[in-house]
Amino acid sequence: MNNIIDLAWLVPLFPLAGFLLNGLFRNSLSRPLTGIIGSGAVLASFVVSVLLFLEVKKGNTGVAHLFNFIEVDKLTIPFAFLVDQLSSLFLLIITGVGFLIHVYSAAYMKEEEPPHFARYFSYLNLFVFSMLLLVMGSNYIVLFIGWEGVGLCSYLLIGYWFKNTEYNNAAKKAFIMNRIGDLGFLIAIFWMIAKLGTVTFSTPDSGGVLDKVGDLTAVDITGITLLLFVGATGKSAQIPLYTWLPDAMAGPTPVSALIHAATMVTAGIYMVARSNILYTSSAITQTVVAGIGLATAILAATIALKQNDIKKVLAYSTVSQLGYMFLGLGVGAYTGAVFHVMTHAFFKALLFLGAGSVIHAMHHEQDIRKMGGLKRYLPITHITFLVGCIAIAGIPPFSGFFSKDEILAAAYLRNPLYYVLGAAGALLTAFYMFRLYATTFLGSFRGTEEQKHHLHESPSLMTIPLIVLAVLSVIGGWVGIPEVLMHGAHSLGDFLAPVFAASAEKMEAHSISHSTEYLLMGVTVIGAAIAIFVATARYRRNPELGEPTGFGKILANKWYVDEFYQWLIVRPVNWLAKVLNSFVEKEFIDWLVNGVGKLVNYSSRQVRLLQSGQVGSYVLLMVLSILVFLVLQFFIKK
Amino acid sequence: MPVLLIVIPLLSGLIAFLVKQEKSVKSWALLSSIVSLVISVMALTTKNDSWLHYNLPWLPELGSSFNVGLDGMGKVLCLLTGISFPVIFIATWNNSYRKPNNFFALMLLSQAGLMGVFVAMDALLFYFFWELALIPVYFLCSQWGGERRIPVTFKFFIYTFVGSLLMLVAIIFLYFQTPDKSFSIDSFYAVAQMSPGTQAWLFVLLFLAFAIKMPIFPFHTWQPDTYEQSPTAVTMVLSAVMVKMGVFGILRWLVPVLPTASFQFGDNPATLCVVGMLYASFVAMQQDDLKRLFAYSSIAHMGLMGLAIFVPSNMGMQGVMIQMFNHGINILGLWIVVELIERQMGTRKMSELGGLAQKAPVLGILLVVLALANVALPLTNAFIGEFLMFAGVFTSLASKYHYIFAVVGAISIILSAVYTFNMIQKVFFGNTNSLTAGARDIRLNEKLVLSALVVMIIAIGVYPKPLLEITQGAVDTLISKMMIKNP
Amino acid sequence: MKIEYYIVLSIALFCIGIVGVLARRNAIIIFMCIELMLNAVNLLLVAFSKMHHAAKGAEVATAGVDGQLFVFFIMVVAAAEVSVGLAIIVMMYRNVHSVDVNFLNRLKH
Repeated sequence: MNNIIDLAWLVPLFPLAGFLLNGLFRNSLSRPLTGIIGSGAVLASFVVSVLLFLEVKKGNTGVAHLFNFIEVDKLTIPFAFLVDQLSSLFLLIITGVGFLIHVYSAAYMKEEEPPHFARYFSYLNLFVFSMLLLVMGSNYIVLFIGWEGVGLCSYLLIGYWFKNTEYNNAAKKAFIMNRIGDLGFLIAIFWMIAKLGTVTFSTPDSGGVLDKVGDLTAVDITGITLLLFVGATGKSAQIPLYTWLPDAMAGPTPVSALIHAATMVTAGIYMVARSNILYTSSAITQTVVAGIGLATAILAATIALKQNDIKKVLAYSTVSQLGYMFLGLGVGAYTGAVFHVMTHAFFKALLFLGAGSVIHAMHHEQDIRKMGGLKRYLPITHITFLVGCIAIAGIPPFSGFFSKDEILAAAYLRNPLYYVLGAAGALLTAFYMFRLYATTFLGSFRGTEEQKHHLHESPSLMTIPLIVLAVLSVIGGWVGIPEVLMHGAHSLGDFLAPVFAASAEKMEAHSISHSTEYLLMGVTVIGAAIAIFVATARYRRNPELGEPTGFGKILANKWYVDEFYQWLIVRPVNWLAKVLNSFVEKEFIDWLVNGVGKLVNYSSRQVRLLQSGQVGSYVLLMVLSILVFLVLQFFIKK
Repeated sequence: MPVLLIVIPLLSGLIAFLVKQEKSVKSWALLSSIVSLVISVMALTTKNDSWLHYNLPWLPELGSSFNVGLDGMGKVLCLLTGISFPVIFIATWNNSYRKPNNFFALMLLSQAGLMGVFVAMDALLFYFFWELALIPVYFLCSQWGGERRIPVTFKFFIYTFVGSLLMLVAIIFLYFQTPDKSFSIDSFYAVAQMSPGTQAWLFVLLFLAFAIKMPIFPFHTWQPDTYEQSPTAVTMVLSAVMVKMGVFGILRWLVPVLPTASFQFGDNPATLCVVGMLYASFVAMQQDDLKRLFAYSSIAHMGLMGLAIFVPSNMGMQGVMIQMFNHGINILGLWIVVELIERQMGTRKMSELGGLAQKAPVLGILLVVLALANVALPLTNAFIGEFLMFAGVFTSLASKYHYIFAVVGAISIILSAVYTFNMIQKVFFGNTNSLTAGARDIRLNEKLVLSALVVMIIAIGVYPKPLLEITQGAVDTLISKMMIKNP
Repeated sequence: MKIEYYIVLSIALFCIGIVGVLARRNAIIIFMCIELMLNAVNLLLVAFSKMHHAAKGAEVATAGVDGQLFVFFIMVVAAAEVSVGLAIIVMMYRNVHSVDVNFLNRLKH
């Protein structure tokens, strides 16, 4: 145990303080001050994260124990932070990219009223706080706290412009779909408690969940991992719970960059990577994870082909890239998946912020059909956006190439079919990204004269983060250069190895021949290059301006999945609620209850008729009853 | 100390009848309730155990005595009662009532009854206080309620009174079974093994009594109507504290007295609870009136408590204990918000509201936190309770169907998010309309009360240990009592 | 005389009383029938008392006396009842100018 690791609680503390400051004093803080508090808090966390990272790099990992959260019966859930290779890497990504996005936001949101500006920053800080809890928690409960916390912040930020009902609906949809996933997560936690009596990842005396995998039956492991994965599909927008993410683009663009691209949606990958030993132990779950990941990657990529909203394209691209990460997790390439999380955080944040810069310049126009030729007006945005596009398309030596290649190579090892489909998805990625790029930046301007007049490059507070992210998108992949290209250069793999050691032991070490690997790389790179060329050539001159028809229409309508869900779930639930409320509640249960009361009323009215007031009839009744009793007595006598 | 908890509201309630000026009777009621709060806090912290018990012969011929005492569960519930009344009085400070002296006197009398229920260690005394708490509420609803108050209150009264009578029958029957012909709780716990048939009947009688009070589906229909028609101050008493009498009754007078029957028939009430949770959640989705919405949401939450009791486990019981407190705090806050909206806008219909977040940001923030507690988001108090209850049910060994109960019940987590966030959206977000355009933010006293509740919600949600420690002893005793007569 | 004769006579008197009460509407006659029933019981009590004394008088001097005592009680009560009852009938006659009991059902209104 080391001093600096004991101070790990400082990392989430700064954003929490920023949240409270900005939230409580939102009426008295000026905009620059708010921005400084908000960004400064994340910067401070970043500094501590770097210190922690350096410490971990030396080989020191540990747990910072704060207090016992719940202590009941035999269950003890500590509120403790785990600092190891995996979490320190995520800390760097979250606070680093988070800081850049905070800075960017200060300029992007400057048209907001100061109290709302402060509200925005307090939400962002609260989000960073929750996200840090998520990755630093030393057990599933603290992870779950962060997990629901980020869901809440996502809700608040999507619905940030709360006057707009449509945005509110998107926010609500995001929260509820996340809740469905969370239910799976929660049940998985109960399962662990029932079988193992603990939710801690790992303890020094091997008493944690991940230490005791051997105590679980195959059914338990499969059940727990599948349920956890249900949680991940909600948070990381996988089939069947992905539809909230494109709608979530209703939020401010920096929010989309931070939450819905770089950090929150990767929580599912983090969680699976954290539980890697469980997943490695269940072949069924691995197949499911890989299958869902692959299906999502392709489905989302096809939808992205026909979207015309700049943010929607990026959103579907995010869903698709997340699918690749799950493919990686499903085939046991945990390092590859985490690597892709990192590079994706760089280039997707870059693309979103670039899109934000475009939207900013276009006065909140998001339809790419009304853009075009922006290359001339937004030079910095153009260059950085191009870098992002090349990175995501997987052209070496940009970062996306290395991480995607690692996942695809591992997929090939598991099943060549995975590779074929994955590579096809990669082609689609390259295609729709360059369709987006060409339609937006190349060709001639298609907007109104007024928009053209106002076109301007964004202020430096926005372009500097773009440049930094662009540089990272280029060089970010160099920490994971595959063995075949340069011996011993996969420093990320070496760094993360301790976290995945147990899984690595369990999986037989296949290795792929060098020639095959070159071939695989070559196929994807050349394919991507062709796709880029075709897309650029086609869309720079004749962008698609009309409404799509035929198959394109199905894609543009997202395969009608939203409509299908509406038909399958939302309507029946509402119908059931209506029936229960108006029929069962009022007509049946209340009818029964009131009926009992009415019966008493009715019968007493009937009985009252006997009280005629005729003394004679009373006496007659009396005599008759006495006679009846007399007769009865004769019969009852034994 | 438990005697003081009863006597102070009782006496000050009687005195309040005589104070005719509105201002002074309000202050008097507030003062009295604050004194009760202080005493309940002292009861919570005291180390001297002898202060917590008091025994005086009452009806020695019948074997009944004025036997009161506080254990962990009683302490927590007395604290809840102690907190609720000052909060209610402060939050409704700006309301004016006809005949204020009667109103506040009856409120204080019902507080005395509630305190009595939570401290009574004698069955007859328990019954006595149970009715004492009920009757003032009847008058409060029928005098100061809404338009349909007379039929609704009548239904409420008859419904709960039937329950009370069933309980009385069971209590008297049990009395004749006790070894020393006594009403004291220890004698009840010592009741020898009865035939399964007898146990079943007693179980049904007592269960009905408490189920009506909680209320458990399908005995709940008095609740939404009563909540809707009562003045909000009374609704707060009803839902924050009075429904806890039902849970408390089950925990003190049903499950430990008839442990074998509880094990044998526990699946039936548990099924009712699960069905009720989902049913109430679905119905809540269709409500337009805020009061009815929270009434159904409350039914769903009480259903979970019932489930955790009838599928028992140490963890689940612990969850029930602290959830009783948490639910009281949360629902209190929600009612205050409803009250504020209704007083200002003159309506509780969600369809007529909207855009309040622009006009009343503070109220909006506080409500969002309360709503989050209502959906049991982590780091709010309700998460601790619900997590422990669900985990307890899931891991319980008492029922064959515990997995099914836990999983099906947990669906209500999703549904609660649906109706709660719908409510927030309809009331607070969107654009203002002609009605809400003139809204203003809340007053200082209201702000203070709500903030205090919100702070409590977060504090318990982050650091629940003190609360868990208070109730741990009571849970252990309870579980051991349930296990004694069972293999 | 055998006890059965007394019993049969009592029953006959009692039944006449019941039928009278049930069938007649004149309050005075009902009243007389009630007296008849009471006296039927009295007769039976005296008869049993005598019988009891005859059987056990040798051993216990006071055997059967309590039966006679009851008769006195009943007579006293009957006398009191008559005074009250007649007063009621008189009042009734003053109010409704009839002694028909069916007029009395107005009490229920």
